[in-house]
Amino acid sequence: MKLRLLAAALAATVVLPWSVASATDLEVTHWWTSGGEAAAVAELAKAFDATGNHWVDGAIAGSGGTARPIMISRITGGDPMGATQFNHGRQAEELVEAGLMRDLTDVATRENWKDIVKPSSLLDSCTIEGKIYCAPVNIHSWQWLWLSNAAFKKAGVEVPKNWDEFVAAAPALEKAGIIPLAVGGQPWQSAGAFDVLMVAIAGKDVFNKVFGEKDAEVAAGPDIAKVFKAADDARKMSKGSNVQDWNQATNLVITGKAGGQIMGDWAQGEFQVAGQKAGTDYTCLPGLGVNEIISTGGDAFYFPLLKDEEKSKAQEVLASTLLDPKTQVAFNLKKGSLPVRGDVDLNAANDCMKKGLEILAKGNVIQGTDQLLSADSQKQKEDLFSEFFANPSMTPEDAQKRFTEIIASAD
Amino acid sequence: MTGQAHAGRPNQLLRNLHSKIASIPMILTAVVIFLGGTLWTVFYSFTNSKLLPRMSFVGLDQYERLWAAPRWLMSIQNLAIYGFFSLIFSLVIGFVLAALMDQKIRFENTFRTIFLYPFALSFIVTGLVWQWVLNPEFGVQSVVRSLGWSSFTFDPLYNQSIVIYGILIAALWQGTGLVMCLMLAGLRGIDEDIWKASRVDGIPMWKTYLFIIIPMMRAVFITTLVIIASGIVRVYDLVVAQTSGGPGIASEVPAKYVYDYMFLAQNLGQGFAASTMMLITVAIIIVPWAYLEFGGRKRG
Amino acid sequence: MADTIPLKGQAAHGASRLAPGPQGRKPRPMFSSRNIMIYGALIFAAAYYLLPLYVMIVTSLKGMPEIRLGNIFSPPVEITFEPWVKAWATACTGLNCDGLSRGFWNSVRITIPSTIMSIAIASINGYALANWRFKGADLFFTILIVGAFIPYQVMIYPIVIVLREMGLYGSLTGLIIVHTIFGMPILTLLFRNYFSSLPEELFKAARIDGAGFWTIYFKIMLPMSLPIFVVAMILQITGIWNDFLFGVVFTRPEYYPMTVQLNNIVNSVQGVKEYNVNMAATILTGAVPLIVYFVSGRLFVRGIAAGAVKG
Repeated sequence: MKLRLLAAALAATVVLPWSVASATDLEVTHWWTSGGEAAAVAELAKAFDATGNHWVDGAIAGSGGTARPIMISRITGGDPMGATQFNHGRQAEELVEAGLMRDLTDVATRENWKDIVKPSSLLDSCTIEGKIYCAPVNIHSWQWLWLSNAAFKKAGVEVPKNWDEFVAAAPALEKAGIIPLAVGGQPWQSAGAFDVLMVAIAGKDVFNKVFGEKDAEVAAGPDIAKVFKAADDARKMSKGSNVQDWNQATNLVITGKAGGQIMGDWAQGEFQVAGQKAGTDYTCLPGLGVNEIISTGGDAFYFPLLKDEEKSKAQEVLASTLLDPKTQVAFNLKKGSLPVRGDVDLNAANDCMKKGLEILAKGNVIQGTDQLLSADSQKQKEDLFSEFFANPSMTPEDAQKRFTEIIASAD
Repeated sequence: MTGQAHAGRPNQLLRNLHSKIASIPMILTAVVIFLGGTLWTVFYSFTNSKLLPRMSFVGLDQYERLWAAPRWLMSIQNLAIYGFFSLIFSLVIGFVLAALMDQKIRFENTFRTIFLYPFALSFIVTGLVWQWVLNPEFGVQSVVRSLGWSSFTFDPLYNQSIVIYGILIAALWQGTGLVMCLMLAGLRGIDEDIWKASRVDGIPMWKTYLFIIIPMMRAVFITTLVIIASGIVRVYDLVVAQTSGGPGIASEVPAKYVYDYMFLAQNLGQGFAASTMMLITVAIIIVPWAYLEFGGRKRG
Repeated sequence: MADTIPLKGQAAHGASRLAPGPQGRKPRPMFSSRNIMIYGALIFAAAYYLLPLYVMIVTSLKGMPEIRLGNIFSPPVEITFEPWVKAWATACTGLNCDGLSRGFWNSVRITIPSTIMSIAIASINGYALANWRFKGADLFFTILIVGAFIPYQVMIYPIVIVLREMGLYGSLTGLIIVHTIFGMPILTLLFRNYFSSLPEELFKAARIDGAGFWTIYFKIMLPMSLPIFVVAMILQITGIWNDFLFGVVFTRPEYYPMTVQLNNIVNSVQGVKEYNVNMAATILTGAVPLIVYFVSGRLFVRGIAAGAVKG
């Protein structure tokens, strides 16, 4: 029994410091741990600390897959953090419905988010039953092809201007010992690449029909068959990229070991950290150079409902800090993403970001798949495409059949 | 029966009262956590719970979907292959090493420490190291190639058809030391007279081991089996650290399916259906055996 | 010398019997073909077990340029301790750049009480099951053993709910309870086997003298059980120290164990994977259980002999 007392005593000594901690410490959990991402988060923390509060960083590495279960367990377990990142969209829907998340409508009306957040679909994704539950911080678009200029030079071909040219250049790259297309092993990467191919090859309407309306007939049709054909090309071109993480795949492009990568604009942060310049060292093709359309998914911060009043106040401060024009610029420049407000000055942006801003201004946008599909359907899609990309014996036709089934039962 | 009180008092509840009180933590764990948690899981597997458990029943839908999912079928197949070889090799390697160690060798302590140390490392660490050793660009393959055999190919973690064996190599590295220790302990418990008798009768050594010694080590084998088999069913971290289930879905395992669907896909119903299938399989194999082995049997 | 050992059968004595060396056939000359085969096989096996450790150590002492060029088995041309310093003190996760050091004391704080608690409870369970069986005890024990086969991931949700209801979610106490629960099946099995292998006469004599449940446990059983306690301690320290999932799911960041930082270091790829830092971090994280093994390896086999052989 002494042992138990000892255990209790030990437990007591470590519990004490917590209860006297300063009330304006706000713990923020996120999974931004790559070089470019960490630099971007530092900007958020700096801005929040400047308000007299203190950002307690709760980074959990290993992408959303590792981090989300922990975040969800803590919120449902009754020991929530001050604020947490989620991908914008449907990931936190049920937490809101269960009354575990905080309503930010007051802050949003006070600061007029409705007018400043562009495109408005971003705020719509935060809105459930007329109330606003999250603060969007950036727009991430998936539809980019990143190309290594050095790799193409080495292979003796010109840097392609669109997907078809890229496919045509693949044999030359291979001959030079370069992997044409880097695709990391994490399932979301191959699934994402497919979505990108779909927008580029089949167009915006087909994309919206398949993912927005879950139209199984279109999913089984000839347009999508063409997309699967392209995915088949991509699969062949990606052979030999034995890496897991997306940024390792990006690194293959940075070092010229791979010709290109289909990846969201967050890859830009890695090029930046590596000291590369858009246009001279690498080339970016939005919409794969075919259909210049970008999706407007992104990251958002959610705020669990807290009992502590001072912390609740700090939450409000954080929410408004996140949308502050200065924070928006500093953060998004580092992250390689686009700001959520249209009224900020982005002169410092590089070529690729400017291209993105232009497309955004033209309104050539679609919603991201995270906003359109449930996490469940997304996961099924990931399972399918990670198998498809790794298994050469799976025909595009078979894959399309399975894809149709997923869409038919999607929610 | 050992400490059964002989008082024969009518009040059954008070018999062995102290023992019962002392066993409260065990009873609570067994009933609330293991039994309760299991029933709770089974119950919610008939619902379409997403991120949070909720009671909207959908019958066997989750199970139908589960058994139609190629990834689940692949997971089952992998577990079967991994389980089979892991069991066989763990026992064989463990036993052979133990038998070798039991030959009055020098440096026994050194060898034992060498075989056992990997067990002190976590699966995450094990997975990392072997991912590194088996990496075709840096590891064994590139070293053999640089020695002149340029067509040598050994990339189990990047080859779909053999990836599960790549995981097996790491698992055996981590776990066989413990099995060796258990077996060695068992061998040390065998009466020296048995050896003498078999030598007098001229029975070859391998036969003595196979037909006399091993049957005498029943208890050790049972403890070992529980440890190995529970490790097989639960295999998760190692796969995540080494391959994350890839390439594609080639090294997926059931525990990972459960986790991914519960937390990544936010489809608790599907995750629970998968875990229920795992539990049922375990129960069919383990419960009758465990009850025979640990229940009802009279011991001295 | 094996021939001179008189005692057989009782595990308690068995423990001391094991110390002098193996039983088996008589010693033979050093260079017989038999010996060459035995040592050959053992050395071959030892190479397989040592290879990864060698790779880990060598890699952790190299700089990144050398890793990119050389093969993983070649010794470092230029030894550098920088990866070790980085892994321990400066590696970043998000904004926190203090490496593994921030988690070390948390791991200690988690491991010590959890180990003590889980062993205390499991040993009493084993004792009750071996010597004071009550009606239904075997049923609970069977459930426990089946519980050993349940993947941890499946139990996360129910346990989050139970801990929340008890108001312990996120606290160190909650985590200690979780470790106690999941250590219970195997430990109880080992303790039960051990206690039932102790001579029954001892127990009976104590009963006749009027000793009760706790008196027998503390005065008779405990003093005879050092080997099995050592085994339990080793298993628990290893298991709890290496745990990542429970540490991160059931506590809050102030209590995150070292393995969380390890995961963070290994998974926060900043451009290129820094294999040398990863390996150094790996060794540093594994150091505590490794030391425990090196120090008490001999007792481990002895204790296992006592806990697993009889049943």
